[in-house]
Amino acid sequence: MHKLAGVELDVFEAGQGPPILFLHGANGFAPGHPYVAPLSAQHRLIAPSHPGFGRSSLPDWIDAVDDIAYVHLELLDRLGLARVDVIGCSLGGWIAAELATKSPGSVRRMVLVGPVGVKTGPVDRLDVPDIFARPQSELERLLFHDPERMRTDPATLTDEQLAIMVRNRETLALLTWEPYMHNPKLRHRLHRVTAPTLFLRGESDGLVSADYLAAYARLLPDAHTGTIAQAGHAPHVEQPDALVRLALAFLDAGDAP
Amino acid sequence: MRAWHFSENAYPYLPPADEYESIRVSLPNRVYDPVKGADLYDRFLVEWLIAEDEGMDIMLNEHHQTATCVDPAAPLVLAALARLSKKARLLILGNPIANRRQPVRVAEEMAMVDVLSRGRLEAGFVRGVPYEVLPANSNPVRMNEREWEALDLIVKAWTTHDGPFSHEGRFFHYRAVNIWPRCYQQPHPPIWISTTSPPGAERVGARGFVQATFLTGFDGTRAIFDAYRRGWREAGRGSDVPAHRLAYAAMVYTAPNAADARAGAEKLLWYITSNKVPPHFANPPGYVPVAANVAMLRGAEHPLSAFRKAATVEGAIEAGIMFAGTPDQVHRQMKKLYDHVGGFGHLLIMGQAGFLEHDETVLGIRTFARELYPRLREEFSDMAVTGVG
Repeated sequence: MHKLAGVELDVFEAGQGPPILFLHGANGFAPGHPYVAPLSAQHRLIAPSHPGFGRSSLPDWIDAVDDIAYVHLELLDRLGLARVDVIGCSLGGWIAAELATKSPGSVRRMVLVGPVGVKTGPVDRLDVPDIFARPQSELERLLFHDPERMRTDPATLTDEQLAIMVRNRETLALLTWEPYMHNPKLRHRLHRVTAPTLFLRGESDGLVSADYLAAYARLLPDAHTGTIAQAGHAPHVEQPDALVRLALAFLDAGDAP
Repeated sequence: MRAWHFSENAYPYLPPADEYESIRVSLPNRVYDPVKGADLYDRFLVEWLIAEDEGMDIMLNEHHQTATCVDPAAPLVLAALARLSKKARLLILGNPIANRRQPVRVAEEMAMVDVLSRGRLEAGFVRGVPYEVLPANSNPVRMNEREWEALDLIVKAWTTHDGPFSHEGRFFHYRAVNIWPRCYQQPHPPIWISTTSPPGAERVGARGFVQATFLTGFDGTRAIFDAYRRGWREAGRGSDVPAHRLAYAAMVYTAPNAADARAGAEKLLWYITSNKVPPHFANPPGYVPVAANVAMLRGAEHPLSAFRKAATVEGAIEAGIMFAGTPDQVHRQMKKLYDHVGGFGHLLIMGQAGFLEHDETVLGIRTFARELYPRLREEFSDMAVTGVG
């Protein structure tokens, strides 16, 4: 646990090498996730649980994604890391984008996987389908390429795991309810990002469309896009090998950190 | 004991329930015929005024995007009632202040109705049921905190008479609050809060507001009233909680003979049976505590849905959420609940629902008011000390 900005921040660390800050999505981070071992094989992986997620506390003053970006910038200061590579998934992609606009020099290269956070489409249509207003079965079809395989049976989880799952969802609502899944200011700040950035999405992602991803990428000065086959909104758990391969290829292609 | 006639202003002319996902939030309003709707408003206003003529008080509430209660701006109907009625107390229960973005506007609306009615307003406040957050686009997380900050701000707006004050709180920000008109009643209208959870009731008790609870039955109501008394006592308000601080809402239908009573009671059940709402509307994230959601994932029932099991007249009476029959039967059923929960001073009568027609509704109101209400007033004093055993 790191105590910073009034937050008890649970930070997972593993491996040695060039540092990667991994920013998890709405479902949270777990050391047992399949991308953890390959990402930490030749890198120092730093994976904080965002305030209100996992075992990290949620102080009263935090109610926006913007706030969380500042917490993680402070974490980098605390760890003495002036410049890191960043991987952000979904909500974590939004946090990464915020972070890179606030302190462009802190991010060397960046991979955003199914990121949310900007509004690019028309005023009368949600850019991201409303995850809080549809049945679980329908939500699973938007989230996963293969919902049958990816479904979690609550009976297999401990009470603590269930409590974390419920609380993650509660914090997600706190952060993304209104404006829904975006910060109207962010698109006007993204020109500040200096890190070469790879935008990825699963080909079956029902939340982040190909058009949305492309429009988002166009807001950054140096952005590239890619697709992961047989994955939905969570390629890091549905196709972890493909995701890790693409992400590391992009990150390691840059100049030495 | 005071009795309040409560009507939700439902619009019951709906397609078969299997043709829509939810009666709330997403049911398209093309289903609503405004001509029929106008007739219904006329009718419900008349029924409230009949209840007033019979010596009862008047209660209304507010919901949004739903056929169950076509009263999305309750202060508007309240204003109409303030002018149409002459003597009844007017209870709005309540203003959904966790979902209203402008608490000062709510303070203004309530003060205005208080003046329009020459001091007959009873101002109720609610957090709002879970299906209200989507229509209001209101964050379901931290609703309690918003509700209490809004309430304190409203009371301050009502009771500050020396020019503008500022409020820079956690959720609401104003630089110059100075409402006109101010309230007719001094220092302000009576405040009611509805809660269906004991921790909430404890907080209401500490403040001494009137605590109302809806369809919580025997043990649920007792737990809420016990918590209210605990909060009241711990706040140093004394050991005795008088009955006029506690209110219970039930479906009530009284008729001179058992057959008519039964028929009316069956129709009142629409209130329960029509409430088709899928889980994603009924349980938005953060609305209930984490532990309650974990219990639900382990198979427990949603706290607000427990009463849906009672979808028969017998079941509902058994559960203590309906009193129905002849005056003697209703008296017996109500007294059983009254004794079990330790007493209460207000009976909020859900006296109209669904296809309970005008004549039937009026029969229920008149039979109750003439054959039973005098007994209740005599037997259950407003000043009775509440508590179990």
